[in-house]
Amino acid sequence: MTASPLISLQSVSRTYRTEGVAVAAVRNVSFDIAQGEIVAVMGPSGSGKSTLMNMIGLLDLPSEGAVYLQGADVADLSEDRRSALRARSIGFVFQSYNLLARHDAIENVALPLVYCGISRKERLARAEASLQAVGMLHRARHFPRQLSGGEQQRVAIARALIASPLIVLADEPTGALDSRTGAEILALFAALNRTGQTVVMITHDPGIATQCRRTIHLHDGELVSDETVTQLLPRRSATS
Amino acid sequence: MTMLQGFQIALHALRLNPLRSFLTMLGIVIGVASIVTVFAIGSGAQLRLQEQIRSIGANVLMITPGAVYQGGVRLKDGSKLTMTESDVQAILEQIPEIQAAAGSIAGTAQVIHEGKNWNTTINGTTSGHFLVRDWQLAAGRSFSATEESGAGKVVILGSTVARELFASGDDPIGAQIRIMKVPLEVVGVLDRKGPAQDDVAFVPLTTAKLRFLGSASNINRDSVAYIIAKVAADGQMAGARAEIENLLRQRHRIPAGQEDDFKVQDPAAAMEAQQGAIRTVALLLVAIASVSLLVGGISIMNVMIVSVTERTREIGIRRALGGRMRDIRLQFLCEALVLCLLGGAIGVAGGVTLSMTVARMAGWITSIDGQAIGLSLVFSIATGLIFGFYPAHKASKLSPIEALKTE
Ligand SMILES: Nc1ncnc2c1ncn2[C@@H]1O[C@H](COP(=O)(O)OP(=O)(O)O)[C@@H](O)[C@H]1O
Ligand SMILES: [Mg+2]
Repeated sequence: MTASPLISLQSVSRTYRTEGVAVAAVRNVSFDIAQGEIVAVMGPSGSGKSTLMNMIGLLDLPSEGAVYLQGADVADLSEDRRSALRARSIGFVFQSYNLLARHDAIENVALPLVYCGISRKERLARAEASLQAVGMLHRARHFPRQLSGGEQQRVAIARALIASPLIVLADEPTGALDSRTGAEILALFAALNRTGQTVVMITHDPGIATQCRRTIHLHDGELVSDETVTQLLPRRSATS
Repeated sequence: MTMLQGFQIALHALRLNPLRSFLTMLGIVIGVASIVTVFAIGSGAQLRLQEQIRSIGANVLMITPGAVYQGGVRLKDGSKLTMTESDVQAILEQIPEIQAAAGSIAGTAQVIHEGKNWNTTINGTTSGHFLVRDWQLAAGRSFSATEESGAGKVVILGSTVARELFASGDDPIGAQIRIMKVPLEVVGVLDRKGPAQDDVAFVPLTTAKLRFLGSASNINRDSVAYIIAKVAADGQMAGARAEIENLLRQRHRIPAGQEDDFKVQDPAAAMEAQQGAIRTVALLLVAIASVSLLVGGISIMNVMIVSVTERTREIGIRRALGGRMRDIRLQFLCEALVLCLLGGAIGVAGGVTLSMTVARMAGWITSIDGQAIGLSLVFSIATGLIFGFYPAHKASKLSPIEALKTE
């Protein structure tokens, strides 16, 4: 691998302590993510995928070990600095879309830019471009409840992309969608990656995972495999 | 995030739930409206008193009837006219500090001029009255000596009466008016002195006794209802007062130890004391109104806490998308501030309307005071900051991961 690592995890563990009981959600995980990669993170429910994602996305800090973003230990950054980086450098996509119900699509897409100190006019102009990129510009003034699940997820992806982030983190983005819509969303991520966008995607659908060049498997918080295929498998038709 | 964006988000959120927003700010609305109204009525009352103090004239003493005993029974103050015209004369001649003095009797009657009529105070007095009160004539002249001694059929009008009886082009001087069927010639019109003072018509004391009020049983030929006297200088008020008291006790033959049958008052001083009392009452009312503001603040805090709980997921989303803790705090603080400011503005409008209505209906003078309005708005902002801070702080402290997990 020639690219310098965008993200580097070194012996990362995350332990939750609730009522005296320690739950190790992530144990001693190390790997790098290079600029331009698309990575699938797989594992059964409760294996620590979301916990790992939260640390990569600067929402959480490791109990042990370190997460480096472009060479900087994120634990050394202030809470405000991590927030600023989330606004500018991280794009989140969630399983349940997480759009603000009381704002229309374009306002939702523009939201991260509010926290980048960008004027409303420019926010809306960039949100339009972002909606255009996911094919949702015609629904700009629609509210989330007026959109289907797949459309909401497209709007959420437009929001994740608006600040031109270093990395897009998607936590089971197709988990709430039917397989056909899920495949469309997956195709969208693949297309984004072809333009150079780094993407990390959590999934427990092996069919989706095979669309990614690299797959990381977690089990009980531990990394059990990290495989990169040089040859993409021929795309299988979606199972219904 | 800027303050402006904070306010935009706040307005957006509050518009989505207009009824709830309005009910939330109701306490502030009522509190601010009460404060503005109390201030308006209070300072109106102050103004009215100040005007009265000015209208009495500087350094004026007023002598009114006091206690009267009849067969060992003390009668109500003023139930008998105990002062006489000779008392006036004695005060004027024997007390050097007194510059001018006049006795008066007064009643109300209908004043008629060519189809127009007006109910007003008829004051029978002497030309000394105008000297005591520093009251100038706007037109015409005062009573002449012969009119004063011979019950001349003349009248001097206060400006309100002149305005009510005469059209603006008409010259009242020389015109005939009628009071209780007696025709009188208008010889003078007085300067304006204030709405409460100008509604009066003066006739010579002798005229009043002989032609209007003489039939009243408690009036004998020499008596007057009250005396006003002007003291030459401010520092001589106390001395002059004591001398008048001595003189009148002598003249009325009041034995040592018995209560005076008259009272010497310094109306300006009495009114100043009254002014202090009004201030105290107004402050008390403002304090009570502030409790409403406090309750309003608590209600805002309550609703904001509920709102933060309801919007936990929104907070999580905003945090994940780059909102800093202080951005979340600012957002909710702005909401509380907007509620309070809007409530304050509605309250000011309500208070102004209410005090103007009171002014019209009760005939009180009210004065809308920019300072009171400013103060109420400052109070509103302070309430918003104080009671909005805790919910906003609570919101900012939420863990984004936990917040995103809530339904
Ligand atoms: N806030 C928390 N407190 C305690 N335990 C937690 C918390 N969050 C996650 N866990 C535990 O950590 C483990 C990993 O959770 P998670 O990362 O959400 O798994 P996945 O996303 O792979 O389903 C689970 O056993 C879960 O119960
Ligand atoms: Mg998960």
